[in-house]
Amino acid sequence: MLNRERGALPLLLLLAAGASLTAQEPAAGRAGRSQGRGEAAAVSGSKEDPAAVGRGAKLYQTNCAGCHGATARGGVGAPDLIRSSLVLDDEKGILIAPVLRNGRPDAGMPKPNLTEAEIGDVIAWLHVQTFAAGHRTTYAFQDVLTGDAKKGEAYFATTCGSCHSATGDLKGIGSRYDAFALQARWLQPRGGRGGGRGGRGAATASARGAVTVTVMLASGQKVSGTLDRIDDFSVSLHDASGDYHSFTREGDSPRVEVHDPLKPHTDLLAKYTDADIHNVTAYLVTLK
Amino acid sequence: MRNHRLLLVAFLALALSGAYGQGLTPAELLKPPADSWPTYNGDYSGRRFSSLTQINASNVHNLSLAWATRFTAGGGGGRGGGVQIKSTPLLVNGILYFTSPNNVWAADARTGRELWHYEYPPNTGSTIGNRGVGMYGNWLFFESPDSNLVSLDARTGKLRWKVSIADPKLDYTSTVAPVVIGNHIVTGIGGDHLDNPGFIQSRDPETGALQWKWWTTPRKGEPGMETWPDEYSSAHGTGQAWIPGTYDPELNLYIVGTGNPNPVMAEKSRKGDDLYTCSIVALNPDTGKLVWYFQPSPHDVHDWDAVETPILFDGVIDGQQRKLVAQASRNGYFFVLDRTTGKRIVGTPFIDTVNWAKGFDAKGQPIANPAKYPTTDGVLVSPSSNGATNWQAPSYDPDTGLFYVGTSRSYSMFYLTDTDDHPEGWGGLDTGVGNEGNALLAIDYRTGKAVWRHDWPSGSGIVNNLSTAGKLLFTSNGSNLIAFQAATGKILWHTGLMASPSAGPITYLLDGKQYVLVAAGDSLYAFTVNRPAP
Ligand code: HEC
Ligand code: HEC
Repeated sequence: MLNRERGALPLLLLLAAGASLTAQEPAAGRAGRSQGRGEAAAVSGSKEDPAAVGRGAKLYQTNCAGCHGATARGGVGAPDLIRSSLVLDDEKGILIAPVLRNGRPDAGMPKPNLTEAEIGDVIAWLHVQTFAAGHRTTYAFQDVLTGDAKKGEAYFATTCGSCHSATGDLKGIGSRYDAFALQARWLQPRGGRGGGRGGRGAATASARGAVTVTVMLASGQKVSGTLDRIDDFSVSLHDASGDYHSFTREGDSPRVEVHDPLKPHTDLLAKYTDADIHNVTAYLVTLK
Repeated sequence: MRNHRLLLVAFLALALSGAYGQGLTPAELLKPPADSWPTYNGDYSGRRFSSLTQINASNVHNLSLAWATRFTAGGGGGRGGGVQIKSTPLLVNGILYFTSPNNVWAADARTGRELWHYEYPPNTGSTIGNRGVGMYGNWLFFESPDSNLVSLDARTGKLRWKVSIADPKLDYTSTVAPVVIGNHIVTGIGGDHLDNPGFIQSRDPETGALQWKWWTTPRKGEPGMETWPDEYSSAHGTGQAWIPGTYDPELNLYIVGTGNPNPVMAEKSRKGDDLYTCSIVALNPDTGKLVWYFQPSPHDVHDWDAVETPILFDGVIDGQQRKLVAQASRNGYFFVLDRTTGKRIVGTPFIDTVNWAKGFDAKGQPIANPAKYPTTDGVLVSPSSNGATNWQAPSYDPDTGLFYVGTSRSYSMFYLTDTDDHPEGWGGLDTGVGNEGNALLAIDYRTGKAVWRHDWPSGSGIVNNLSTAGKLLFTSNGSNLIAFQAATGKILWHTGLMASPSAGPITYLLDGKQYVLVAAGDSLYAFTVNRPAP
C-alpha cells in the first residue's frame, strides 16, 4: 500500500492512484482485484464465525427483514441498522443484545422471540453487514460484460490491430483474466493486472512493453538500453549486454530520448467512448 | 568578576525563559514574525509565501544542509511501519513542532535535536496522515486518529487534556492541523466510509469545550436542504473538511473546503447538488454561521473533495483591486472567487484531460455530466479519484502573481458496486488506468491559464509548494527538493533526500539567518546558505 507521495514511480505514465484523504485507504479496487471480494471477504474481515453468520442471516430474514429491510438498510417505520450508531458502536453484542432480548415495544419494535444463541448469531450477521459497508475491499464488482462483441471486434480491427492480433499475441487473453481484470488490463497494461499503481518492476507482461532510453553524449556517443529510472537530474539504464549506466542530467544535457511502447495505450484514453470500452471488453473475453 | 558574569548569564537565561514562556499569542498570528512559521500555512492567507530574501535566486545554488534528523515514532505513526511526517512543522521561538499520526515532537531548530516526544496511546484510528499542530500561548493542539482533540504543554510535551470530537466507531478519523483564530481552536475531521455526518467544530483553548459546531450538510429547515431529497440523506451526506482552512481577519471569515458527499459513488439516494459537500465555505469563526459558499463539484460522484487550500490574496481584476480567494480543485478546475461574496470570477480546467462536466451553471459551477456517473460496467473519467491535484499545498506568490500547484492528468474507471435503492458507504470502486503526465503549473490567477509548466519525467506531480520573495519556488519531485525561478520555471537548485518530501517546505529566520526546512519520510532537513567566515 504505497502512498502516492512515497512511490518512486519510474515513469510519468505510471498510475496516479494513491492516498486521498477522505478516500483514506486506497481501495483494493484500484489495484484491479476482482477476486476475493464480496460476502466472504466481509465475513473474514469482520472476524465473525462464518457458521454463526450463516445462521444469523436466516434468522434475520425471518425475524427482522420485514421491518428493517432485507439488507438491514431500513424499512417503513424501522431504522437503517447499518447506519445505526448503536450497531456501529457495538462490541460483542453489549449494546445490541439488550434490544434483541427486550425489543422496544413502546417504539414499534416488539420483543423478538430469540434464544441467547440466536441473538448472538443475528449480531454476528449485523457486524458483517456494517463491516462490508465500511470496507471497500469487500465490494464486489458487478457485470462488466454489457458491450457488443461484434462492434468490439470492428473497433479492435481499426484501433488495436496495428499492434495486436486476436490470433497472435492476444490469443487466449479471454481465459487469462476474468472480465473485470481484462478490462482494466487492456485499458492500461502497465502496472500489472488491472493497472493498479505500478512502481519499479511492475512492468508489462513482456519486453515488448519495456521503456527504452537513448542518451546522446556530447562526444557524439549514444548509449541505449532499458530505462532503469529517470528524473530531471539523472538517468540510468541497462544496455543490451546487461551493463548498468547512469548519467547526470543538467537541463538538456546530455540529450535524452525516452521511448515508451505503451504511450499509445495511454494516449488512447482520451479517445475511447465508454461504449467502445465495453464493446472491446466484450470482444476480448471471446478470445479463448 | 567571574561570578558577576555567571550571574549575568543566569539572569539572561531566566529572562529568556520568561520570553519563551509567552509562547505564541493569537495576535502574533495576524502578523507572524519573520523568525517564525506559526501555523500550518505559515500565515492565515494560505499563500505559503515568505517575504524573506536572504536565500534568493542569485545564491540558492549555494544552499546546503545545516542538519538532518531522523525521528522514531510509536503508537503506529505511519503506514507500513515507516514514519511519514506529513505535517507542516511549526517554528516558534526557535523550536519546531511537528507530528505523525499518534506522535508529536519538539525539536531545537538550531540543531535538529529532539526536545520531547509525545506518544498518543495505541488506537484503531486510521494512521494515513496528520497535518500538524496548532499553537495558542504555550499550548499545542493536535487531532488523534481516534478523533480526540489533544492539548499538550509545548514546553514539556505533557498532556493537558483531551476531548473527543467525533466517534471513531462511526469511521471518523482526524488528521487536521487545528486552526487557532482568537480564542477559537477550529477543528475538522475525516472519514467517509459509513455515511457519517460531516462537521466543523470550534473548541475552547483552555478547556476543549465546544464553542460551536457547523454541520457541513443542512439540517431541517436550513437553506440548502432543497439540494437533497430529504433530511435523512442530508444528515448522512458527509462532506468532511479534512484540511486546515484560511482566515481573513478583516472580513472575519474562516474559508475552508469540504469533502465529497456520501454514499461516495452511488448517487441514487442523494439527487441534487448536495450542499455543502465539495464546497468552499466561508464561516464566521465566532459563531460558526455560514456567510457564503461556492461549490466546485455539485453532486460529486468521484470523490473529488474540494478541501484543497483556498488561498487568500488581493489582486486586480478588470482594473479593480479585489479581495480574492483561489483554489485549484481536485476535480481539475481552477477557481478564483471574490472572497467577500463568494462570487466566481475565474473558472477553468487546469488539466486538459477533464471529461466529466458539460459547461457551467448560473453560479459558474461545473455541471456534472450524468453519463460519467459510475456504472456497473465502468466509465472512464479524468481526473482519477485521486484528482488533478490533492491536499498537497499550493502556493501563491504576490510578486509574480502566479498560483503554483502540483498536478496530474490522470484517469480512472469508476464502477458502481452498490445498486440498492439505498446504497451505503462508498457504493463503488475505481481503478486507476493511467496518466498522461504530471506537471508543476504556474497559473495566472486572472485567466486560470498556466504561464509556465514543468513536466516531470517521473514521480508524482501532486506535491507541496513554497514561494519566497527571493524569487524562488520550492517544490519536490521524487526524493528531490527543488528550487525554481518563480517567474520563469527554470530549475536553479536541487538536492536528493533519503525519501520524498512528505509535507510542505517552510522557511524562517533563525538568529538572523534564513533556513528552508522540509520533512521527508521520517526525517527533517534544514538548509541554509553558509556565509564565508568573517
Ligand atoms: C415490527 C417491526 C420490527 C421488527 C420485526 C424488528 N424491529 Fe428492530 N426496530 C424496530 C423499530 C421501529 C425500531 C426503532 C425503535 C426506536 O425508535 O427506538 C427498531 C430498533 C432496532 C434497533 C436499535 C437501533 C438503534 O439505532 O437504536 C436494533 C439494533 C434492531 N431494531 C434490531 C432488530 C433485529 C435484529 C430484529 C430481528 C431480530 C428486529 N430489530 C426486528 C422495528 C422492528
Ligand atoms: C501502438 C501499439 C499499440 C496499440 C495501438 C495498442 N496496443 Fe495494446 N499493447 C501494446 C504494447 C506494446 C503492449 C505491451 C505488450 C506486452 O507487454 O506484451 C500492449 C499490451 C496490451 C495488452 C496486454 C496483453 C497481456 O498479455 O496482458 C492488451 C490486452 C492490449 N494491449 C490490448 C489492446 C487493445 C484492446 C488496443 C486497442 C484499443 C490496443 N491494445 C492498442 C501496444 C499497442
